[in-house]
Amino acid sequence: MKALVSVKRVVDYNVRVQVKSDGSGVVTDGVKHSMNPFDEIAMEEAVRLKEKGKVTEIVAVTIGGAKNEETLRTALAFGADRAIHVKEEGEVQPLTAAKALAAVLKKEDAKLFICGKQAIDDDANQTGQMVAALLDIAQATFASKVEIEGDKAKVTREVDAGLETIEVDLPAVVTTDLRLNEPRYLKLPDIMKAKKKPIDATSFGDLGVTPGAGFKVTKTTPPPTRSKGVMVKTVDELVSALKGKGLL
Amino acid sequence: MTVERDVMEYDVVVVGAGPAGLSAACRLKQKAAEAGTEINVCVVEKGSEVGAHILSGAVFEPRALDELFPDWKAKGAPLNVPVVRDDIYFFTSETAAVKTPNLFVPKTMHNEGNYIISAGNLCRWLAAQAEELGVEIYPGFAAQEAIVDEQNVVRGIVVGDLGINREGEHKDDYTPGMELRAKYTLFAEGCRGHLGKRLIAQYDLASEADPQHYAIGVKEIWEIPADKHVPGLVVHGAGWPLNSENPGGSFLYHFENNQILVGLIVDLAYSNPYLSPFDEFQRFKHHPVIKQYLDGGKRLAYGARAIVKGGINSLPKLVFPGGALVGDDAGMLNFAKIKGNHTAMKSGMLAAEAIAEKLAAGSEGGDVLDNYPAMFKDSWLYDELYRARNFGPAMHKFGTLVGAGLNYIDQNWFGGKAPWTLHDRVPDHTTLKLAADSQKIDYPKPDGKLSFDKLSSVFLSSTNHEEDQPVHLQLKDPSVPIAKNLPMYDEPAQRYCPAGVYEVVGDGDAKRFQINAQNCVHCKTCDIKDPAQNINWVAPEGGGGPNYANM
Repeated sequence: MKALVSVKRVVDYNVRVQVKSDGSGVVTDGVKHSMNPFDEIAMEEAVRLKEKGKVTEIVAVTIGGAKNEETLRTALAFGADRAIHVKEEGEVQPLTAAKALAAVLKKEDAKLFICGKQAIDDDANQTGQMVAALLDIAQATFASKVEIEGDKAKVTREVDAGLETIEVDLPAVVTTDLRLNEPRYLKLPDIMKAKKKPIDATSFGDLGVTPGAGFKVTKTTPPPTRSKGVMVKTVDELVSALKGKGLL
Repeated sequence: MTVERDVMEYDVVVVGAGPAGLSAACRLKQKAAEAGTEINVCVVEKGSEVGAHILSGAVFEPRALDELFPDWKAKGAPLNVPVVRDDIYFFTSETAAVKTPNLFVPKTMHNEGNYIISAGNLCRWLAAQAEELGVEIYPGFAAQEAIVDEQNVVRGIVVGDLGINREGEHKDDYTPGMELRAKYTLFAEGCRGHLGKRLIAQYDLASEADPQHYAIGVKEIWEIPADKHVPGLVVHGAGWPLNSENPGGSFLYHFENNQILVGLIVDLAYSNPYLSPFDEFQRFKHHPVIKQYLDGGKRLAYGARAIVKGGINSLPKLVFPGGALVGDDAGMLNFAKIKGNHTAMKSGMLAAEAIAEKLAAGSEGGDVLDNYPAMFKDSWLYDELYRARNFGPAMHKFGTLVGAGLNYIDQNWFGGKAPWTLHDRVPDHTTLKLAADSQKIDYPKPDGKLSFDKLSSVFLSSTNHEEDQPVHLQLKDPSVPIAKNLPMYDEPAQRYCPAGVYEVVGDGDAKRFQINAQNCVHCKTCDIKDPAQNINWVAPEGGGGPNYANM
């Protein structure tokens, strides 16, 4: 069974993100980027399924500019067999990404599509669901456990009330939550080997996708800074402070 | 415990993707191409990406880059802001300053023809050039030790194991490091490299040199209102808040995108154990000369790094069997110019040329690269460092004012070839006075606008380390901080560390020394300044440390 995993290049989770002074977005120049952590979990899950003999081939796919090749190399070092680079320098919104990924999924005829539940840059949490809808296939989102049996997948989902286990027919879309697994360290020999694995380039045009803007970002602002706290010595002081603020 | 390690063989392995290491890698590939041969070059870098651990002023002299890539402009090197003016101040108090007339400025402090750059971005660009030339670069992998064989020859390095917990046991995801073997290994770790330090001791490389000297640079990037921004303006200063016993200097550069690069460099030969370089920098920003630019601005980034400043008098021997030291790992910085990028690059290029020459002559490696010191001696780099040799010692011996005057005479009348050579044979870790004989310093509280506390600052360096790993700041004797350093010097590590790594917590007999290794920005100051030389900085798990952008 073939698995397709989508990986996104995002500003690294360790980086303190700064909003551009003109409010047009966040600063990305010169800033460290890496693979979206939820997509790392998706890659790790695909590799584990392959190690268990449930998956035979892993294909990684990304959408974006030339620098995204780095992200694909990381995916190949994780254990993807080959990679597809949908080249696009401009902004890509979730629906456009979903259309392109659905086209790749169809072309590859993969039975399992795994992606992060959301990317840590825009936190949209839409693409996986949209891919499933576009192809009219099953979806199992926020997965914390994935088991493949024949042409079905049993997926445990993290929902507000706790855990929910569902069974879906393959092909299906699975989006990963934080507790699904802990991605492995990449080994230097694997990173070396990844440099030699093939990456196929394609484009929205090749895939028959017309990029469109479903929404426009009008303004980006940093969150308000937290005002300094006050240390109180006694309960009475606390009560009077709260009263003073009209909170009691 | 023996571990099975994968082994890869290269012609040359370079430790550290900074200006020296990357220039060496590029030069090796250029030389191979010229000769129509193949030289396999591998660069490892402990930062999570190239540039993540690079911190420099920086005013950049393009001399070495001109030689390495004469077409750097066409190739898009990030040198976008030519220096338009040099202002030099002597800060006489927290409110007053005297601008030094241009006539009395040592020639080495003139910057016509130089550029204000981000050294991190220069390294990112150099890495792209190197990869295009066929160099393999592996960020996120720290060189843990040098491989030394029975014949005492360096044969390469071991890159660090991953997945070891705090107690030193293997975790589930334990991944053994790899041996990278090479005919020649270049150590380009920057100032106070942890392997460089060991190699200097092991091969007794510094026996004929003066002790090495250091400073710590604390730097911030600010975005300021456009009407105050003068792209290309360079402002250097000396004096307040430092003094002759605790010397240093400051810089403020008007970079691109309305950004200001501002920092304070504190000489690690300072004597007052109560001094905190971080807090000196925070209060320094309130000086009217500095404040005029920063007011209404926003701080974007913070970082700190030790600077090697001993110059040619302190330079160790550069070579040992199977390898060499390049850049600041050797100590190539020109302190008279406060510049180390072009000198680091040039030393890397020279070492590369020496290796290429050896390989072309059929060498199988492992021998002493004696042609590298010879090439160094004949280069402009040696000449430049020779001329700057008295600069640091003059400041240490005669204080900031007289030292500066002497340096003016040395540089402007004699072109650095004055008929005297000053030596400074006092190591920096021995210069602290006892706490009992020192004045406590009452630093003003940060105002949250111009000055900040340490923790919110470290936050801006995007520093991160895997939590569950052995502490990479090792104490040779764990009792020293509380038993000796605390009573004698009020444990200065609490203050010289610019990242709040070291704390003395608890009261009375329950006092203990706490190491918050996760905060470490890899500046190496503790390894240098600890009066007992009891702290040993070793590389943590690869990828840890700061994630500097545009530094």
